[in-house]
Amino acid sequence: MEKVLGLLSEQEDQELKNLSMRVRENIVRMSTDGGCFLGASLSAVDIIVYLYQKYLNIPALQDPKRDYFFLSKGHDVPALYGLFAETGQIEKERLKNHLKPNDHIYWHPNRNIPGVEFHSGSLGHLLSVGMGVAQDAKWKGDANRVVVMVGDGELDEGSMWEGMLVASALKLNNLVIVVDRNEFQANIRTEELIPLEPLEAKFESFGVQAIRIDGHSFTSMHQAFSKVPLEGTGPTAVICNTRRGKGLPSIEARADRWFCNFSPEEITQLLQELHGEKAAALTSETLIVR
Amino acid sequence: MPQTYEQKLLEIAGKESRVVVMTAENRAAIRGVPAALPNQFIDTGITEQTMVGMAAGLALRGRIPVAHALATFLTLRAFEFIRTDVGISNLPVKLVGAVPGFLSESNGPTHQAIEDVSIMRGIPRMQVFCPASYEEMVNGLESVINEPNPVYVRFNSRPSPVEHQAFEWGKAEVFSPEAKDVALLAYGTLFTEALEAKKLLEASGISARLVNLRTIKPLDEKAVLAAATECKLVVTIEDHFLTGGLFSVLSETLVRNRLVADVLPVALDGTWFHPTSLKNVLETEGFTGPKIAQKIQARLREFSL
Repeated sequence: MEKVLGLLSEQEDQELKNLSMRVRENIVRMSTDGGCFLGASLSAVDIIVYLYQKYLNIPALQDPKRDYFFLSKGHDVPALYGLFAETGQIEKERLKNHLKPNDHIYWHPNRNIPGVEFHSGSLGHLLSVGMGVAQDAKWKGDANRVVVMVGDGELDEGSMWEGMLVASALKLNNLVIVVDRNEFQANIRTEELIPLEPLEAKFESFGVQAIRIDGHSFTSMHQAFSKVPLEGTGPTAVICNTRRGKGLPSIEARADRWFCNFSPEEITQLLQELHGEKAAALTSETLIVR
Repeated sequence: MPQTYEQKLLEIAGKESRVVVMTAENRAAIRGVPAALPNQFIDTGITEQTMVGMAAGLALRGRIPVAHALATFLTLRAFEFIRTDVGISNLPVKLVGAVPGFLSESNGPTHQAIEDVSIMRGIPRMQVFCPASYEEMVNGLESVINEPNPVYVRFNSRPSPVEHQAFEWGKAEVFSPEAKDVALLAYGTLFTEALEAKKLLEASGISARLVNLRTIKPLDEKAVLAAATECKLVVTIEDHFLTGGLFSVLSETLVRNRLVADVLPVALDGTWFHPTSLKNVLETEGFTGPKIAQKIQARLREFSL
């Protein structure tokens, strides 16, 4: 795909929106028969679609000079697989194996799925793993960029801040931390439990340059990412403001819609709701794990 | 002059550019590495978790990281990173834990790695190397780095009381294999005391074999079973909690093979040790050669009652 830095044509924007819509449909279809973390997947989906379509340079899955994408906030893996199914990286039929014993498609990423660089699930791990890759690329003089996508709730983990301290000391300016800033921990708003703001200032004080953009606007992401990693000696953080459950008003920004396991009838309604039809009438019980 | 750990590491890393020497600001054994191999060295500061996570990332890129930190902080603070990032993907990360067991001397319980063997061997495919001496550690370093699995090394700074037999990964070093009275199973730091106990027992007419289980995982099961079936009493000697270490390894091995043996464990039974110099620790905790020999003789006397 041709990359025009900073400028996204209306057609490209529409193509990305169309693709995101198809991925959202895939995510919704995974929210039944055992369910998934629907809200977090819908907050992250536009970012993931954008990064894979416009930012990450991955000529081949095992190309040592490829950009690396690490999904540290593992809950949004339906967005990743939903995209892989649309781009042909995995068979679309394979999404039906979600939570089945015959495949590796479950609530967190698994390296057996082509394109998954590393497994995750325990928060605060893949920043340091990504740092190892970034350091090796620097030593080899390779131009790989390493993108680690984290949740905002994940920033509670001490290993995130420890990692940033070290990444900045090691001058890993090929490292990009992308924050899905959907303003929720699991079931509580970040600012009500462990406030993160002012987040840019926190990153900056750890030697990480930070910018904030709209994580649902492809034009906003394209403008910002054309300059990422930002010039400088340290890593870059891109804070993407998002809404949990984006695209489904009936669950959007709701604390109780974290993990969702809907009935087939509800899924049918939610798929219609995605396309702007009337809101789904959801009766399935809310699951609050934490 | 025999090679030092650092010289051996530099020799291997100089030939094998995949090796990366890492430390969480614990440079005691590798002070010359940063100057000698600046592009194969990372000091992450006092950040065991980040060091281990980075080691996993480096291994993803084909590197062989050798990561150093104090044994407690490495195996405990970074445990989940070891288990989850190194263990699940079975990455060839080498973890070197300094001042394990009694070698933490006067530091106190915060520094007493006396459950490290237990938790490291519990990680699938993680190998555990507990050299009986500094020399044996240097002898085994090449095997550690060539091992395709992750390895935990219990760093041993004590000089060897003997000329070691040829090193072979997964193979125990057995002294007096013909002895039939007592078998002493030991690893790491307490090899020296076990050897002294062996000599004292022999002087009092008790035949004793000594099995140095330097790689406690992979276990030389043949040597362990021979000791358990051929000797009247098997003694496990370790500066480790009774739970999960060599005593447990022996118990598991016996049960798996439907065997019963008379076993005398010499270990820390549910207590941290009183912090003092190694010499004093051995004395006060009852782990000197003479004290181990006395415990064995007392047990043997029970047999003849």
